[in-house]
Amino acid sequence: MQPTSPNFKQNARDAIADDPLQAALAKLAVGFPMRRLEAAARLPEFEDLRDQARDIKNHVLENLDHYLEAYEKKVIDSGGHVHWCRDAKEARETILDICRKADAKTVTKSKSMISEEIAVNAYLEENGIEPVETDLGEYIIQLRKEPPSHIIAPAIHLSKEQVADTFRNSHIDLAADRDLEEPRALLEEARARLREKFLGADVGLTGANMLIAETGTNVLVTNEGNADLTNNLPRVHVVIASIEKIVPTLEDASTILRVLARSATGQDISVYTTFCTGPRRPEDLDGPEEYHVVLLDNGRSEMIGSEFHEMLRCIRCGACLNHCPIYKSVGGHAYGWVYSGPMGAVLIPNLIGMEEAQHLPNASTLCGKCESVCPMRIPLPKMLRKWRERQFKAEMGSSTARWALRSWAWLAKRPALYRWTMTAGVALLSQFGGRGRFKSLPLAGGWTSKRDLAAPAGDTFINQYHKGARGDQSGALMRKKVH
Amino acid sequence: MAAREEILDRLRAKLGHSDALNGENPALKHIEDHHKNLIPKRGSLDKAQRVDLFVQEATRVNATVVRVGSFDDVPDQVSAYLREHQLPAKIKIAPHHSLKSLDWQQKTSLMVDEGRGKGDDGVSVSVAYGGVAETGTLVMSSGPQTPTSLNFLPLDHIVVLEADRIAGDYEAVWERLRAQFGPGKLPRTVNWITGPSRTADIEQTLLLGAHGPQRLHILIVDPSES
Repeated sequence: MQPTSPNFKQNARDAIADDPLQAALAKLAVGFPMRRLEAAARLPEFEDLRDQARDIKNHVLENLDHYLEAYEKKVIDSGGHVHWCRDAKEARETILDICRKADAKTVTKSKSMISEEIAVNAYLEENGIEPVETDLGEYIIQLRKEPPSHIIAPAIHLSKEQVADTFRNSHIDLAADRDLEEPRALLEEARARLREKFLGADVGLTGANMLIAETGTNVLVTNEGNADLTNNLPRVHVVIASIEKIVPTLEDASTILRVLARSATGQDISVYTTFCTGPRRPEDLDGPEEYHVVLLDNGRSEMIGSEFHEMLRCIRCGACLNHCPIYKSVGGHAYGWVYSGPMGAVLIPNLIGMEEAQHLPNASTLCGKCESVCPMRIPLPKMLRKWRERQFKAEMGSSTARWALRSWAWLAKRPALYRWTMTAGVALLSQFGGRGRFKSLPLAGGWTSKRDLAAPAGDTFINQYHKGARGDQSGALMRKKVH
Repeated sequence: MAAREEILDRLRAKLGHSDALNGENPALKHIEDHHKNLIPKRGSLDKAQRVDLFVQEATRVNATVVRVGSFDDVPDQVSAYLREHQLPAKIKIAPHHSLKSLDWQQKTSLMVDEGRGKGDDGVSVSVAYGGVAETGTLVMSSGPQTPTSLNFLPLDHIVVLEADRIAGDYEAVWERLRAQFGPGKLPRTVNWITGPSRTADIEQTLLLGAHGPQRLHILIVDPSES
């Protein structure tokens, strides 16, 4: 898809004015974090498991070349095929080629962020093959021709009325006055519609939550069961996955699975965790006759060893989105491409370029919540800062902002002058901010055009701290907190 | 250059690996060792407690569970389930030796069909490879006697699970599969199933029965029950 990331600022304004979106985000902001906390509380080992999950992925990334070769060998041993692809174009062409050889007319799909990344649906359609998304949320947004707005809840931005309208406009063979008031009615209609598609599909295209090197297995995690009908019923199963999805063993996969659902939805484990290895065996009564893995690089190998290396540990649980004050204000579409939230703000510039995605690393308060909930302990704020540093070095951003940053840096490197300036500035501002807040202030128009700026309470932190050093009670308390 | 070589070469260069491995391959070594990571204590229980924990966890995620004394009780239980939910007296069973050997005709008036799952199956009965007490998870393994499609196509899925095969944790089931299929090998499909199918994709409202079964009913065969 064509990124709209360069329009982030306008996208964000539109999102904030979108009432159904704001209602959905308000619900998300409570539900997911609360359920995650409950799940974590039920498992005393949760924090230690996060450490181990991080270590497993670090070990894989240090040996990714060896693991990819070991994984490939196992896929071939079990009767499958591995197709290595450098970029989105190669991956699309490879998938089309497999579909053509299978004489496919319909391809069922289970949710895959990589398939969004390579925009395979549009490509298959252009080439006369019908792709059908089967995850309920993905199905809804496919009908609406929208990208997902959340990794694990792609249609989170829509109200049930919007879904009902979408179904009425798309399922035009059904009675126009049918009752679609309740979510259950919408689900029943989608289930019946998609059941026909499942049974008639020639190729099933899935993603992979993990690829297990020990056995040449792909792991699929869903709550609906759509990935299972997708991989089991058609004659050909195609897996599209990026190279960093590798884990070494079944034990390592199990450890990561213990933190995945808890971080994502707050379930102990998702309803369906499926391990597919090769095509059906000679005696089997069902399962695909052909098994293909499309192994995609698309910029990942360039990230190895870079400042963004640790981003490759990401398991796409969505926890950083659910806890991000920016995501919770603007939703996923504002980010303008496939991914969103803090992980998107780090990953998207790596994949589509810093120029296109320049607003995203700045769309963060650097509050650190994302890192604190990331099951793989990815230092997202640190990497967002890396992008900001790169942008500054590349002379991106407005000249006013760059001048301000440069001045601040100059001052911050001179502590005595910095403290003097701050003391004077704070005194000045607190004198003029008589009512405790400013309605407007030079150079702060971006802030004060929307809301008041609080005036400083009286003195700088450092001055108060030093007063405390001479015996003042509040300063003593403050020192206690600092040390 | 072919994509495979280009990707691997770039990785080798970034990681400082030469393409010819001198000495031990750390990846192969790790796979061969397949050591266990931290396993939550939750599942470290004796057999009776394990079964209890399995029941508790499976029930928590909307499965229903009944304990029976032997396989011979299965037909009656299936019949009772169909009556309770007012379902047609028709089932599709997995062609599993322990289900096929049951006297369905004598004990029930059910129409019993066997084989893989089809689009119009209403209720299926299959046999689990094992269970995991930690999360109330069923482990299903594909094979000639256990077609995967029966786990997903019907609206009602009844699973027979032997109490002896309920492990404390996932790792114990992997050990069993490894012993049976050999190192580095698995059946085509292994399914962990934890409760019936669900979605919250419409306004975050939880609904059961999204694409897979709307109800999951587990019959635990536990001779110590009788």
